[in-house]
Amino acid sequence: MNIVSSTQQICFLILTIIIIGGSLGVVLINNIVYSAFLLGGVFMSVAGLYLLLNASFVAAAQVLVYVGAVNVLILFAIMLVNKREELKPIKGLKIRKFFSGIVCGGLLLLLFRVDITTKWSLPGPKAIGEEATERIGEHLFTDYLLPFELASVLLLMAMIGAIVLARRDIFIDKAQINIQQQNLIDNSNNIALIDQSED
Amino acid sequence: MINSEAPIPLEAYLLVASILFCIGVWGLINSRNAVRVLMSIELMLNAVNINMMAFSSYIDGDLIRGQVFTVFVITVAAAEAAVGLAILLSLYRNRTTVDMESFNLLKW
Repeated sequence: MNIVSSTQQICFLILTIIIIGGSLGVVLINNIVYSAFLLGGVFMSVAGLYLLLNASFVAAAQVLVYVGAVNVLILFAIMLVNKREELKPIKGLKIRKFFSGIVCGGLLLLLFRVDITTKWSLPGPKAIGEEATERIGEHLFTDYLLPFELASVLLLMAMIGAIVLARRDIFIDKAQINIQQQNLIDNSNNIALIDQSED
Repeated sequence: MINSEAPIPLEAYLLVASILFCIGVWGLINSRNAVRVLMSIELMLNAVNINMMAFSSYIDGDLIRGQVFTVFVITVAAAEAAVGLAILLSLYRNRTTVDMESFNLLKW
């Protein structure tokens, strides 16, 4: 037990406590804004775990994409749909939560059993550490080239789809204005004047 | 069974990831706020990412294929978050609520 391994173990323990406690808070806390900020904390601690696993590139990507993009997006969504509403009580909610808790606990026990009883082929090859970024680049442009290109197409599709879904529909108003213009050919040069005269 | 040379055994990472995954599943089932459902999905994706990073570091240390797949998962998660929140916004405009129990648009 030298100082390097004990430091790693202490860091792992702290990060684990933050991850588990933070994710419990994300699921259980009633105020959704607190949940979103705790989610950011969980993402940061997961990035810390990646640093413990000798993966600095993916840790940086995790911080940039998850904390910087996904979490901010979630906060924007919370601000846009933030309406204090009392959710209607539905009967059997407690029982539903209890049974789903039992199911999730069973899944957890199953995963624990698989984790502990499986003989992992350890120790594997030595970790390459700092050369990881170059190796990821090699993978991306040789044997994982097709998924890489598919990811770019997927991001483009997601961006266009999100814009189409989230924009306000102003097509209807324009169509109505066009119909008005076609009906009132005489006064078609100024729509504002028509509206005022109708008022 | 448990590797005593490494300061942190592989099993510890897998235990943390499975706990995180089960919390995500529970939140996905039980949340009534639609934003919280999306957050639970992100928790589950992060659990899977921790698993892949641990395997990539301990078992596949020279060809870190798990890290490449983690990058892909992060990409897909970003796309999923964007589209999911856009769907949520358009649902909110039509129904003026974020209660999951009132979204029965696909019910036959």
